[in-house]
Formats: sequence, structure tokens, C-alpha cells
Amino acid sequence: MQLKVNGTNRAFDGDPEMPLLWYLRDLLDLKGTKYSCGLGLCGSCTVHVEGKAVRSCQTRMGSLAGKSVVTIEALNGQHAVQKAWMEASVPQCGYCQSGQIMQAVALLKEKPKPTDQDIDAAMQGIICRCGTYQRIRTAIKAAAGVKA
Amino acid sequence: MSRVSVRTLERRTFLKYTFGTGALILGTHVDGWASDADKAAFHPSVYLGIESNGDVIVVAHRSEMGTGARSTLPMVVADFLEADWKRVRVEQAIGDEKYGSQNTDGSCSIRDFVDAMKAAGVTARLMLEQAAARQWGVPAAECAARNHEVAHAKSGRKAGFGELAPLAAKLTAPDKSALRFKPASEYRYINKNVPAAHQQDTINGKGLFGYDASMPGMLIASVEHSPVYGGKLASFDAAEAMKVAGVRAVIAIDRFKEPHNFQALGGVAVLADHTWAAMQGRRKLSVVWDAGVHASYDSDRYREQLIETAKKPGKVVAARGDVEAGLAGAAKTHEAIYTTPLLAHAPMEPPAAVAEFKDGKVVCHAATQNPQAVQETVAAAVGIDKKDVTCHVTLLGGGFGRKSKPDYVAEAAILSKKTGRPVKVVWTREDDVRHDFHHSTAAMYLRAGLDASGRPAAWLQRSVFPSINTTFGDTSGYGMEVEMGMGWNDLPYNIPNHRAENGQALHHLRIGWLRAVANVYHAFAIHSFVDELAHLAGKDPVEYSLGLLGPGRKIEVKPVGMKYWNHDQDQEKYPLDTARLRRVIETVAARSGWGRRAKGNGHGWGFAAHRSFLTYVAIATEVQVEGRAVRIPNMHICVDAGQTFHEDRVHSQMEGACVFGTSLAMLSEISVKEGKVVQSNFHNYRVARLTEAPAKVHVHLIRSDAPPAGIGEPGVPPVAPSIANAIFAATGQRIRDLPLRKGLA
Ligand code: FES
Ligand code: FES
Repeated sequence: MQLKVNGTNRAFDGDPEMPLLWYLRDLLDLKGTKYSCGLGLCGSCTVHVEGKAVRSCQTRMGSLAGKSVVTIEALNGQHAVQKAWMEASVPQCGYCQSGQIMQAVALLKEKPKPTDQDIDAAMQGIICRCGTYQRIRTAIKAAAGVKA
Repeated sequence: MSRVSVRTLERRTFLKYTFGTGALILGTHVDGWASDADKAAFHPSVYLGIESNGDVIVVAHRSEMGTGARSTLPMVVADFLEADWKRVRVEQAIGDEKYGSQNTDGSCSIRDFVDAMKAAGVTARLMLEQAAARQWGVPAAECAARNHEVAHAKSGRKAGFGELAPLAAKLTAPDKSALRFKPASEYRYINKNVPAAHQQDTINGKGLFGYDASMPGMLIASVEHSPVYGGKLASFDAAEAMKVAGVRAVIAIDRFKEPHNFQALGGVAVLADHTWAAMQGRRKLSVVWDAGVHASYDSDRYREQLIETAKKPGKVVAARGDVEAGLAGAAKTHEAIYTTPLLAHAPMEPPAAVAEFKDGKVVCHAATQNPQAVQETVAAAVGIDKKDVTCHVTLLGGGFGRKSKPDYVAEAAILSKKTGRPVKVVWTREDDVRHDFHHSTAAMYLRAGLDASGRPAAWLQRSVFPSINTTFGDTSGYGMEVEMGMGWNDLPYNIPNHRAENGQALHHLRIGWLRAVANVYHAFAIHSFVDELAHLAGKDPVEYSLGLLGPGRKIEVKPVGMKYWNHDQDQEKYPLDTARLRRVIETVAARSGWGRRAKGNGHGWGFAAHRSFLTYVAIATEVQVEGRAVRIPNMHICVDAGQTFHEDRVHSQMEGACVFGTSLAMLSEISVKEGKVVQSNFHNYRVARLTEAPAKVHVHLIRSDAPPAGIGEPGVPPVAPSIANAIFAATGQRIRDLPLRKGLA
């Protein structure tokens, strides 16, 4: 099967049951996407498939034929969300942040001016054990240009 | 741009590779300067190098797990060196005792090492100025370093650090008595909120954590451990696992030998070409365990036993006056029992490390808080000298105490020795939740005899919990000095008749330390009880607490049968100062609008204040309770940690502590049935999500000249009692057991 990862065409002929997470990390060496629960509970592994945020640990390779996958690496540190994250010094340990950022980017694509409720609904799936939630909210609002 | 890099190097080549030839390298020995120096035979030293191209390299010897310690200490060096931070490169140190303690734990990175960092910076600066003076034939006193160069104002001459470095390298370092430290008003990076070196990398997805580490030709291993602590492997069948594509081997690891310490648990490892294959293979394993003595452990029954023990007299650890007489003569008595459950650390990155055993030596990359413990543990596990273990430290995806314990690194080294290939061990979330070094469960009994005004004339407190020391072979059943010194034998209240006791408890799984440690349960009991007494007396809890503290003064803590731990700091330098405790309380009350707040009808405010890690913290929390749902619109936290060096990271640690504290107050619980941990992942081991965390945390930092205390942990202990007290104010319901959600009607 064929798929696109960060704009590059890729062929995959391995186990269709393999989660996208491990394909990205172990086979493509794209380590920006993180494992934390493996059950769709924490969101650390969030990437975009066809522009929508998905949990890569729950996305089977077999479901991705012809699809386009985008990971944190493709944002290149240039995305407005990443700049807002830098400005607000969001990360503590930083481990959950790729997932947080990928989810926030997808949220703003769908809702360029999110309300607090929109942010709650989109972001509550992504756990940050360090507790950076408040700055995540601040950074999303800054990136969206809405009042804090 | 400063950056952090990690390289695979043999220990002895590390320095040579890190610094180019001709670089000025300082091994600044700081005996007696760093308060950590006299703890053992270490000579804490910090390695600072200036390359002839002008690059300044600072070796960060503490681990980065989110506090910013890896950057803040090098920033202090840069500030006192008058270097340009953009031209400073931070190199993560390998494990080596010459750096002093690298155990990034106990909220002490700044406290123990900031003086050494200042000295390193000033020493190098003086040598560069001296080199310039010699070159120009002018007095050194007329030369001043600023922004990565030395200038001679009279003649207008300037020379960069790189040009001067080879000259400076030939000079003798000045005596420490010659060092002068600039005042805070001249700081350029300290407290200026310069982003931590790893911040951009983690935002870009480029930060390298233990889970991301790799070595050429490595296998990935997932290890099945006994579901009951200490169980023995009876037999296993690897046939099905070996059929999974990519699985290369299935190998047993020997069970640990008592005492446990940091040894690998033992188990059955599935080794594969990639992580998915290893995890799949593991699901296909069939393993038979001989569960052993802990198979009957039931955490509910155990809790009842802790309570029974807490009701009976225990070992006295602090005493004053005559408690029995005080109780007998009291107008009224009040008693309460509080319990807290086992907890798992659950850092977002589960434990992971890669190791290669080759020619009798080990090189490893690990997400570890303690690379020297890695050296010792790995050396013992594979039968080599610890000097032959090179431990590179990656970024840590959270630590909270879990990653001070390097059992998983030992697993990687053992498996590498057995396979002859580098092996990366990755723990799953399920492994992490079930086989953690769990935070202890505890029961506390409190009893007070009150005078007519509702003030305690007598106070008795008993605490019972399986000690961390049980993991290290202590079978006495009592808590150790460290645990007693965490909010138990140092009650700051002005009560004439007082006694603190500690009852016996034994462990049934491995107990470890978690962020704020014994303070977590002690603070919950004591500050909930104070709130109960305040309400009984019909007084405002803040007023009542200030009354208990009495006038501001330094209290000499004198426990019974042990010395006061005080984080190994003498009480002269770091006294228990009730004036500082009063000040954080008064500040949090003023800033939160305490007392002017309406309460009842599901809405209320709660308060708690606690000194731990030599830092004073007060919290005022607002809750909105609807049925079983608790929202926390606001949490105000006031902290006095003495001098600080990165105010933004102080704020972020306090914000994080409020969330971490909310998790353990409201949600988290490890329970055990038939010796097996019931929880496995974030659906049943709950930690606070965005919507469960306080919506707003307001940090109020007291700027102080007092010696630096601690930041990473002391925000946590007051959170749980402040929430419990707020729920009482909101609903009239007193919940005495964590997690609080279980007590909500
Ligand atoms: S790792 Fe995918 S949701 Fe947690
Ligand atoms: S920053 Fe550490 S888990 Fe989110």
C-alpha cells in the first residue's frame, strides 16, 4: 500500500494491524510523535490524517492506504501555534507537547476563534502530567488572536 | 542559540571530545561551598569550557524533567561569566561522582549547586580579565568582561572570550577568597525568564527522551513482570511469541534478591526489531508465576489495619508538655482519622533506556534522574565495576521520583549482555502503573483537646505507613527520619501539650518516593484537621491558623529519638520560621480575596499552608460542587522559596504542582487485590485532564533574600487539604479519605 507522510510518498507492506505510531517512530524514525498509553487515552501520539487530529496508537496501518499523514516534524517550528507555545513557555518536560500542539493546530483549523468550551472539548483528550494546561489555553488563544 | 546535545561517548573521552584543544577548562572544586559537598567523599565540580572560537560550554549535571534545572544552573554560570547566552552550549553530563550528587530529586538542584555555578562563572571571568590585562600590559582591575568580551575602557581595547581563552588557560585560578559576586540588580539572565534550552526542541518534536534513544543494531524489549510483587518465575512458553514477525528472542531475567534496592524485578523479556513486534510478542507469551508471600495483599483490608494501628500508641517522634493531662482537662475533644491510598508516578514518558554491554563495559542512554545510581545498579546487575558504566542522560518525559530508580536500565544492560546486542527496554503504561515504586499509603489519627475558646490545649497525632526504607531492607516497620521530618515531627503550631507518634507497617510492594513524598499524606491530615478545629470553634480557618502559629518566630525543632531532618540543612541557615509561614498565609488571603467570598450552596473556598523542602507555601482554593462533580475555578498559591533564579520556571512549577496535587486529591488511587495492582492505564488510574485541573492558578511569589530552598515539590502538599477544606465550606461534607471523589455523595 501507499501513503503520504509529511508530503513524502511511502510504501508499506508490513502488518496492517501495526499502529501508525510505531510505524512513524520505529520505521520512519520520526520520534516527535510520542507513546504514553497505547489505548487512545492520553493523546501524546496525536498526528493528522487527512487534516484531522487522530490518535496514532489507535490508527492501524491498514486503514491508511492513499491517506496523507502529517506529524509534528512537518510543522518545522514555524506554525503560529508553535510560536505561541514558545512565547508562553508552555512545556515543562515537553513530552506531551507534540500531541498538544497537533491537537491545537487541528482545532484552530476547524475553529479559528475557539471559545473556552471549544478548547475544553478539543484538548481534554490530551493529558499533561506536568500540568501545563493553563498555558496551553493561553497559547491557543494567543495563536487564534482571541482575548485571554 | 543554546542547545542541548547528547552524545554516545566512552567516559574517559567525554571531556576531550566536549572541549577542543586549547580550550579553557575549569574544574572548579567547590568543597565547602556547595552545601552538598560534605555529604560524602564527593568533590562537586562543574565543568565549564571556553573554546578558542568563543563558544562557552557548560556541562549540566542535573537531569531535565520539566523544572528547567538543566538550563537554570548553566544560566547562572553564564551570568556570572558575563557570557552571551546565545553563545553558550549546554552539554548534559554523563553520570560521574566528580560532579557531586546528580540525583535530581529533593527539590535541591539550585539549593545545593547554585553557589558552585556562581563560583565557576566568576572564576573564569577573572581569569579572562587577567589574560586581557597581561596581553595589553594594563592592570587587571581596569579590564572588565561584558557580553562575551573583555574591554579596557581607558584605551578602548577589546578582546573576545575565544581569543583570550588560550591565554587564560595558562593562568592559575584565583583563590575563592578573591571571588566577588555581582548584586542581583546586575543580573542579565537570572530571573529574566530566558526560555529553557529544551523548550524549542520539545515544541518542534525534536527533544530526545529515553523512549527515543537508539543505538545501532539495537533490539527493543518489552518485559513481563510478576503480577504479584516478588513472585518467582515458575515456567514460560515462548513458542507463540517467537512466531510474531520481528520477534528475535525471549529471555528470562532473574528475580531480584532482597533487599530490593533498585534491582530489576526479574521477568520474561520479548526482544524484537521494533516496539510493536515486542509488544505483540509479549501478548502471546504464556508465563506461570509462583506468586509468593504477597499474594494475599488486599489494599482495602490493609487500610483497615493501618487505621487500627493508628488508633493505638506508637513510637514517639516528637513530644512537649503533658498530652494526657491536656486532653483530660479539655472543655471538648475532637478526633479524626485520615487515609490516603497508594499512588503511581505515571510520568507521561514511561521508563525507558537503551544499553550496550561490550567488552566488559556498558554504555547506556537513559531517562534517569540519577545517572550515578544507574552506574551502581547496572554494574551490580552485570558484574562489572561502576567506573565501567557510562550513563548518558536523555530528556525525561516527567520523573516525579520514579526515574531516580534505575531498575529498567539494569534490565536493558542485562538483556544486552545476554544477547550481545544493544537493547532498549521500553515499559508500557500498564507496566508503569502496576510495577512502579509506588507512593506509600497512609493512615493518620489526630486528637485534640480544646479549651473554651476552641483552641487546642493538647494535640496528639499518629501516622502509619509502609516506609520507603522497606524497599531497602528495613523490616522495623517504622518510618525513617526523612519521612518523619516531612510534616510530622515539625508541627509549627504553638500548642503547649503535643505528641507525634509513628506506628508500624510493612510493605507488600515496592515503596518509593513521589513528588513531595511523606508531606503529601501528613499535610492532608494536619491541615484538614486544623480546618475542622477552626469550624468547631466557629472561627475563620485563616484566622484560626494564624492564631495557632502565634507570633512570627524561629522554632528550633527537636524531635524525639532522631534528629530533625530539615533536608540535611542546619536549622541556623534554614530555620523553621513562622514569620515566613504567616506571610505566605496573609499574602494568599489578601490576594485571593479570602474572607470576602460568599460560600455555601455548592460554592466554597478552602485553605492550607505547609512548609516543605525548606519552602513556605499557602494555597487558597475555590470549588464549585454539583453532586459528584467538582470544578476548581481558581487556585491561589503563594510561595516563599528564598532566592530564586528563574521566576518563570518557579511559576510553572507552582502551576504544575497545583495540577499534580489536584490529581492526587481528587482522582488517583492504586488499589490491590490478591496481590495484584487493579489499575493499569489512564482510564482507571486517573490524573487530572484540562477540564479537571484548576481553571486558573494564580501564583504569588515572595521575593526574598533568604538562602534558596526548593521549588519542584513544595507546591504539592497543601493542594489536597485546601480542596478538601473547600468542599467542606461548599457542602458541609467533610471527606477524610483520598481521593476525595470517592467521598462525594
Ligand atoms: S499513546 Fe495514543 S492516546 Fe495515548
Ligand atoms: S509537559 Fe510534561 S507531560 Fe506535558
